[in-house]
Amino acid sequence: MTSRYKPCYLVGVKNENTYLVSGLLNQQFLLPDLLNEVPVGIAVLDINGNIEVVNRTWQTITGAEPDSMIGLKCMLGLRCDYCFKGCPVMSNKADFDPISVDADIIDRSRIKIPIRLTVAPIFSKDNKLSGFVETIQDIRQVAELSSTASKAYSLGGLIGTSSQMVKVFSMIPSIAATDSSVLITGETGTGKDVLAEAVHNASDRAGSPFIKVNCGALPETLLESELFGHVKGAFTGAHENRPGRIKLAHNGSFFLTEIGDLPLSLQVKLLSFLDDKEIHPLGSSVGFKADVRVIVATHRNLKQMVIDKTFRADLLFRLNVIHLHLPPLRERGEDILLLKNHFLKECCTKFHKKIKGFTKKTAKIILAYHFPGNVRELRNIVEYAVNFCDREYIGIEHLPAYLTEQDILRPIMESAKILPEHAPQKEYSPSENWDHAEKRMIMDALVKSSGRKGEAAKMLGWSRSTFWRKINKHSING
Amino acid sequence: MDKKILIPLFNDDVAPRFDLATDVLLVEIKSSSDYYERVIILPQASADDLCALATSANADAVICGGIGDEHYQYLTWKGITVFDDVIGPVKKVLEAHKNETLSAGMNFYNV
Repeated sequence: MTSRYKPCYLVGVKNENTYLVSGLLNQQFLLPDLLNEVPVGIAVLDINGNIEVVNRTWQTITGAEPDSMIGLKCMLGLRCDYCFKGCPVMSNKADFDPISVDADIIDRSRIKIPIRLTVAPIFSKDNKLSGFVETIQDIRQVAELSSTASKAYSLGGLIGTSSQMVKVFSMIPSIAATDSSVLITGETGTGKDVLAEAVHNASDRAGSPFIKVNCGALPETLLESELFGHVKGAFTGAHENRPGRIKLAHNGSFFLTEIGDLPLSLQVKLLSFLDDKEIHPLGSSVGFKADVRVIVATHRNLKQMVIDKTFRADLLFRLNVIHLHLPPLRERGEDILLLKNHFLKECCTKFHKKIKGFTKKTAKIILAYHFPGNVRELRNIVEYAVNFCDREYIGIEHLPAYLTEQDILRPIMESAKILPEHAPQKEYSPSENWDHAEKRMIMDALVKSSGRKGEAAKMLGWSRSTFWRKINKHSING
Repeated sequence: MDKKILIPLFNDDVAPRFDLATDVLLVEIKSSSDYYERVIILPQASADDLCALATSANADAVICGGIGDEHYQYLTWKGITVFDDVIGPVKKVLEAHKNETLSAGMNFYNV
């Protein structure tokens, strides 16, 4: 009787690390090609724990060059804390049951990544130990989810109840269901990166890589090789094949942030990739069909850039399939309160502090501020305040100095009794110099207080003596 | 000029993880090209303690494997040159440093 299972084994070496798998589906396969399609990092180790083969996801998670990893001890390539905590492979144990543990690694970008690691021995037909197989999964999402599971009014790290944000939240599930290119616009610090990740995580590609490239962070020549990869010898210093970020994002999402900073020459190459979804690494004539979802973000006005001829119109048309705009924080009304409290809670946990909240005056100052740096700036302000606060409530003295200086510019918030809380803020023209602004503030305060200097000084948050000094400086005769 | 180098160790190799190393090699290279080596055993693995050791020992360079960005930035801010992602036996690494051919990301097992 013949067995219904056909033998599947490695039959030969094609090159240094390319093995043929024979007998599977009555075909011959290259093992790396087979493993590359698995969305879990896989490394095959020999009986001494040296790396034989790694797949693309392993490479994406660790950031290591596979060619230079072959033959190395696993711990030198993976750099996992479990290697030092009794990994049976590293302690030369031959016989053990498969292990699954939560651990962490430090990747080549110096980021500590929590992973789920499994290690299992591989036995030959005659039950002899032949090596080990190790799988790694990036569990950052899971780790984040467990800490953010209870967050209401949020989606994938974005928080808000304002109508503009609710609109964005409602669009994400339907956008995630498609593979169309997404263009995210918004001022700096509005959460473009977070939104891109939220779109990826809500999509079917969630288990696959999310690769981010900042177009503004690299010079043109490096960026081309970073995006599309290169082959050994393509240029001076190209000592080995490099797959390129687009290839690493295969089956996942590819996020290009600061697309407005992409040089024109690369815009053409990106355009060609968007058309035929095929990348050609530098110096290679062989293309690679990459199945990636492209998400781009910018704080620049791309339409204006097209008019200025610094951005290709045809690229904009291809990228602008779905356009998501993130509103600046100053237009998000009550979201400031929500975010302020959220960041306070987050920072208190992070710094082990027991702060209950903000004093009323502090809350007013924060609400009145115009946040040019948006949510990121609010988070930094709260983090700063938590660091310096040694009481139960965050007071004005715990806020960064520039905020309280700004507060002087906004005396209206002090007179909350006079104006409703969310009345539009009185803006001072940027062209107006400080002396004029100060004089006008004093005049406004005097008018509001019907000429009572003590009350006007209080309104501006100044002492009577400062107020006197300033009205003398501006020659205001009361 | 005298130079001091700090290398977290794992056996005879550069430790793959800066934060998990308990043995540290402190090498003093005198201008007369004499070497003075000292191995320090830490009570527990700690990246913070290693950074403190590097600064208190006035190290000019740290040669290590994987290091978290926070500690990398701290050491760099303190004026210490960090050669990270280095894989290989300490002897070869020191030799490369002496010849001024050492750079971050070097793998001495592939050379």
